[in-house]
Amino acid sequence: MIPFDYRRAQDPADAVTAVAERPGAAFLAGGTNLVDHLKLGVTAPDLLVDVSRLPLDGVESLPGGGLRIGAAVRNSDLAAHPVVRERYPMLSRALLSGASGQLRNAATTAGNLLQRTRCVYFQDVTTPCNKRDPGSGCSAIGGYTRYHAILGASEHCIAVHPSDMAVAMRALDADVIVLSQDGERRVPLADLHRLPGDAPHRDTVLDHADLITAVELPALPMARRSTYRKVRDRASYAFALVSVAAALELDDGMVGDVRLALGGVAHKPWRASTAEEHLRGAPATVETFRRAADAELAAAQPQPGNEFKVRMARNTIVAVLRELAGAHGMGGEHR
Amino acid sequence: MEVPITIRVDGAERSMTIDTRTTLLDAMRDRLSIMSPKKGCDHGQCGSCTVLLDGRRVVSCLALAVAHDGAEITTAAGLADGAELHPVQQAFVDRDGFQCGYCTPGQICSAVGMLEEAKAGHPSHVTDDLTGPIDLDDAELRERMSGNLCRCGAYVNIVAALREGTAS
Ligand SMILES: Cc1cc2nc3c(=O)[nH]c(=O)nc-3n(C[C@H](O)[C@H](O)[C@H](O)COP(=O)(O)OP(=O)(O)OC[C@H]3O[C@@H](n4cnc5c(N)ncnc54)[C@H](O)[C@@H]3O)c2cc1C
Ligand code: SF4
Ligand code: FES
Ligand code: FES
Repeated sequence: MIPFDYRRAQDPADAVTAVAERPGAAFLAGGTNLVDHLKLGVTAPDLLVDVSRLPLDGVESLPGGGLRIGAAVRNSDLAAHPVVRERYPMLSRALLSGASGQLRNAATTAGNLLQRTRCVYFQDVTTPCNKRDPGSGCSAIGGYTRYHAILGASEHCIAVHPSDMAVAMRALDADVIVLSQDGERRVPLADLHRLPGDAPHRDTVLDHADLITAVELPALPMARRSTYRKVRDRASYAFALVSVAAALELDDGMVGDVRLALGGVAHKPWRASTAEEHLRGAPATVETFRRAADAELAAAQPQPGNEFKVRMARNTIVAVLRELAGAHGMGGEHR
Repeated sequence: MEVPITIRVDGAERSMTIDTRTTLLDAMRDRLSIMSPKKGCDHGQCGSCTVLLDGRRVVSCLALAVAHDGAEITTAAGLADGAELHPVQQAFVDRDGFQCGYCTPGQICSAVGMLEEAKAGHPSHVTDDLTGPIDLDDAELRERMSGNLCRCGAYVNIVAALREGTAS
């Protein structure tokens, strides 16, 4: 680990200035991803600007019925927040399915969104990786692909974004509030994370000194009936092979409205818009759910070694929609 | 960069000058000779370095010491009240909740933190009703303790100890 300076930010503007002034600086929040990467040599900042104690740790209801979540709110506190449990259960469940109790107590909202891929080659500095070392090649292509993408990948990178929380926030149409030297701006979560294309070293659209200060969730009454399902190699404390965040609203046996996002399948939380289109206005039956999932996954391009994830994603989408429809007394095999 | 920090560990105030790269775990073990928290993986994956940081369980291997200047830390060694073991410690002894003992201080700190979380009504991944009361059955205990690995596989007795610990 190369030596670095450390500084506790006084306020958000001070944090932005401190990072803007040093090209090698980085924000430090809970440290559960960044400190790991310092040890692995994946990144080597020369200044850490600690933002974990900034007064960005509140969860407040917004006038229109939405929710503003501070960037420094700990994952465990957000998962347990009464409003989140009641109005956005998919977000509670996504958070609770991630990492461990100890890690969730340290991990923050912003750090979770900006955590980097768990691609084993990315984390192993002895192997080529376009994300860590642009132009060096991608060791995952033709390598170990179990935890890699089936949607939206490129010939330069097939990594997936590992966050569970972000998948739920994507389904909920969250906005990210970003502070820079030019002032504050609002970035839809949909646009925060990038597809790898020919620049996989850029996970997000954020610039060097962009500080996330909050995430805002819109009021979405249908999210009261929502859930998150994560399929993984062991029952707990493992990253997703495939995950599904969904909310479903039924109207007299038909799908009134739906929100569907997938994790573990792409370089960003994947909103299943094609499936949503197939579902809206269609009868809430298993047949519909299957057709919608197939339509979404028609674009899937799995790697040798992770073909199974296409079927896994399809079955998980169907299972989650059935579960939500079942809660309405619908979506049974015979309808 | 060298910085002076002061932390309270198990009730004693400790001041030192550390390199900014030092983790809380290394500061305790290498600088303060506090050997209760163990280094298993050093990457947040095993839980053997778990301590209570300002009352909450965290892994100390991914926490930079400099970022926790002023913190109050409790290790498993600091849980006992004189010669009287903490109820969770006593339950581990009574139920044989360990074999080699390497993961045990982390398991115990994690369990103490976990019981507080449950008492505060925090749900877990296996909680059916997110807004209902918490019933710490075996599935709940296993899920909530999944951040602590035990290479000896003492899990069955750890769960038994925690069942007892929750009753007290
Ligand atoms: C063993 C293990 C298992 C895990 N399992 C899961 C899992 O199953 N699911 C899951 O989703 N996650 C999992 N995680 C990842 C965990 O969720 C992240 O490490 C955590 O959310 C990162 O948050 P942090 O506050 O610690 O971020 P840090 O490590 O402090 O920072 C992460 C990144 O965000 C940047 N950053 C932090 N705050 C800001 C800000 N306000 N503005 C701009 N940039 C900022 C930092 O510069 C850094 O680049 C796991 C981690 C470990 C170690
Ligand atoms: S998949 Fe992406 S992160 Fe993994 S080795 Fe290839 S370029 Fe690197
Ligand atoms: S040593 Fe900290 S989690 Fe393994
Ligand atoms: S008792 Fe040996 S590792 Fe748990």
